[in-house]
Amino acid sequence: MIKEELKQYLEQTFPSAKVDETFDFPVLFLTKEELIPVMKQLRDAPETKFNFLFCETAVDRNPEFEMVYHLTSTYYHHDMMVKVILEDRENPEIESVYSVWEAADLYEDEIYDLFGIRFTNHPNLRRIFLTDEWVGYPLRKDYQDDRIISL
Amino acid sequence: MDVKKEYIPEFDGDLYKDEFGRTNFIVTTIDKIANWGRSNSPWPLSFGTSCCAIELMSTVSAKYDWSRFGFEVMRASPRQCDVIVVAGTITYKMAPVLKRLYDQMPDPKYVIAMGACAVSGGPFYYNSYAVLRGVDNIIPVDVYIPGCPPRPESLIHGMMTLQEKIRKSKAYVIQKPKKNKEEDK
Repeated sequence: MIKEELKQYLEQTFPSAKVDETFDFPVLFLTKEELIPVMKQLRDAPETKFNFLFCETAVDRNPEFEMVYHLTSTYYHHDMMVKVILEDRENPEIESVYSVWEAADLYEDEIYDLFGIRFTNHPNLRRIFLTDEWVGYPLRKDYQDDRIISL
Repeated sequence: MDVKKEYIPEFDGDLYKDEFGRTNFIVTTIDKIANWGRSNSPWPLSFGTSCCAIELMSTVSAKYDWSRFGFEVMRASPRQCDVIVVAGTITYKMAPVLKRLYDQMPDPKYVIAMGACAVSGGPFYYNSYAVLRGVDNIIPVDVYIPGCPPRPESLIHGMMTLQEKIRKSKAYVIQKPKKNKEEDK
């Protein structure tokens, strides 16, 4: 499906969710609770067959966080983006999509390392780049460090 | 006017000649012969952390071929190395590893800081939470090579500068034992 068709399909299939588009992808906004069933449906439905999570990341939209999932299909070669807003800044938590795509394993380790978002049901959540005793999460907007020299 | 004559020690070379009339020895100093050996075979550690390591590999391989100058034996163990070329960004997570590698090398040991990251932090000097600002914060550096990354020619020039430094060093300094003044009295 091309982008406009995919956007129309998403609007028909998920009438409660907000659908937007960027220059490249159609965007589907979800809540924390409906994330896993909708992702499983997107992966298994014969119309979409999104069988590959090619990027997972987070954005700090101070004060809330935004989880971003990029999906692609190796059958139809179409892409889309799924976004989830996390309101709780003190203790952000979301269900891991490891049960849907195993590629999420290292992506979620990295997001936990740099943003401090905790993933439930993740098999091995740990600090992947920084040392274990590191204090704070460097990619947050309010991160403070004495070693940073600013211009 | 007195002209100082060159002092030539008396030396009976005939005593040391073999049956064909050849003498088979040379005269030199320990410093010169030790520095000659050391400067022409510094073994580098195969250590590289980012894009400078690509230039390092290019310098090792056939086109630039630094074995022309005697650096060819790249060692995988710091216990067999003389020189460590710090090629690339050193993060705070990597810094203790680099310090341990340096400590494991046998004396005399030399360090070359290759590229802007190893010299000063380079492009990561501002607004970075993870990068060490120059390896001279943790280990002593002999030669600094600027560039991002340096060309293989500059790396070879840096290695030849290190060779010059080794040739000028004192290899063996014999220290006289200090006299104990109280015993003399």
